[in-house]
Amino acid sequence: MKMVTAIIKPFKLDDVREALSEVGVNGVTVTEVKGFGRQKGHTELYRGAEYTVDFLPKVKIEAAISADMLDRTIEAIREVANSGKVGDGKIFISNLEEVIRIRTGESGREAI
Amino acid sequence: MENQTINQIFELQYAMDTFYFLVSGALVMWMAAGFSMLEAGLVRSKNTTEILTKNVALFAISCIMFLVMGYELMYGGGGGTNFFLNSIDGGDDLVADALKSSAENGFGGDSVYSGASDFFFQVVFVATAMSIVSGAVAERMKLWAFLAFAVVMTGVIYPLEGSWTWGGQPVFGLFSLEFSDFAGSGIVHMAGAAAALAGVLLLGARKGKYGKNGEIRAIPGANMPLATLGTFILWMGWFGFNGGSVLKLGDISSAHTVAMVFLNTNAAAAGGAVGALILARILFGKADLTMLLNGALAGLVAITAGPDTPSPVEATLFGMIAGVIVVFSILSLDKMRIDDPVGAISVHGVVGFFGLMIVPLTNDGATFMGQLIGAGVIFGWVFGASLITWAVIKMLMGIRISEEEEAAGADITECGLEAYPEFTNTGK
Repeated sequence: MKMVTAIIKPFKLDDVREALSEVGVNGVTVTEVKGFGRQKGHTELYRGAEYTVDFLPKVKIEAAISADMLDRTIEAIREVANSGKVGDGKIFISNLEEVIRIRTGESGREAI
Repeated sequence: MENQTINQIFELQYAMDTFYFLVSGALVMWMAAGFSMLEAGLVRSKNTTEILTKNVALFAISCIMFLVMGYELMYGGGGGTNFFLNSIDGGDDLVADALKSSAENGFGGDSVYSGASDFFFQVVFVATAMSIVSGAVAERMKLWAFLAFAVVMTGVIYPLEGSWTWGGQPVFGLFSLEFSDFAGSGIVHMAGAAAALAGVLLLGARKGKYGKNGEIRAIPGANMPLATLGTFILWMGWFGFNGGSVLKLGDISSAHTVAMVFLNTNAAAAGGAVGALILARILFGKADLTMLLNGALAGLVAITAGPDTPSPVEATLFGMIAGVIVVFSILSLDKMRIDDPVGAISVHGVVGFFGLMIVPLTNDGATFMGQLIGAGVIFGWVFGASLITWAVIKMLMGIRISEEEEAAGADITECGLEAYPEFTNTGK
């Protein structure tokens, strides 16, 4: 099992959600996050004084999937979240040791 | 028979002028909501509960102090009969007295209205002056030190300068001011700003506002919709502030003056907003919302000293100049490291002075020298007395919260409550 964590531009969230459903990802967790990468921040203006915003708003998507779905999942995210500009985000993959469904106690692939 | 008809008209006039006073006072009272929202919008969210607490408490303290002693000091003429408003009730001869004064004054003369409505209209002005102070010292002053100052300001400092001007008394019994301030550009607004400036000088800037090498850092306010709502509420309340200061509605000439005052007050606010918006665009390259809000308020403050005499075009231009002045003033105060989170000293003080000085341009009854001396007396007294009061409070209990408390926010340290609590377990 794999944990796929993707950081994307906030306005791409709906597209990514749809694309993931289409390839059979059954559930995701979404968090509003802030951070910086190559895109860096930008400057804003308040009462004549400029200030820099170093951390830009992004959306973090986490999805637990079975290992055989990994390639399709990555492809689905990349296809729709790619705007061709800096700041499109990243996808992190990690091994997932165990998954347990709270209601039934099922574990492993059954619980995904 | 004829006498009876005239008396009935006088009774109606009394009712109308009293009603007009009360409605205007209620509009000015609502400005307290405007100040609260404007200030809540322009501070950081960690200081929201505290600034709201301060605004409600200062309003209440102002009302009580003015009732106890302020009104007597300002309008009592030294009689001492109106401490605790002891003689506010008209007594058994109320109707006969009012009819007699009405007959003496005739329809074009001074208005005759309920004394209670006069108190109600005057007390909300005191609260306005005090509200101005609260924004300038925001985010770093101790709540109880501020409230202690409010007691002195609304009980003594403001009523005394009010007695020398609107109260018609000589300054400390020495000399009388030849001075025209229709609704209080100087008496209310500049006075509030002078008290605020004294406080800010003793208090110092918010931590992190100014860097070691002279850099000026932005500390963006938390909520622009609230700041905008607050500005519109103030704009609306100002019709009571200036319109009510005509003091009379019950005859054609007064009713027309009231209409002109409404018109000019609105025109000046519009001019101020446009002036500040365009200047900010030229200076910074962007449409700066908070400068625009300050610009509208600057237009209102500027016209307050004489909203009845300018033509509508003059009122718009006065407002526009005030909008330009306020932007430069805010930038200059920052360069001098005088930290005013909401721009109150610029809007009410610098522009309040400007408002006084333009009165002679359209009003033959006022002179530049008279305006200058009046402004000097008001500023000198309020600034000096406030400085001493702040200094005494500083010695007794301190006026500034600790660095740690400032970082945590005054909401938690002064009020024990966040404005937007999350992750609480109160739902259990």
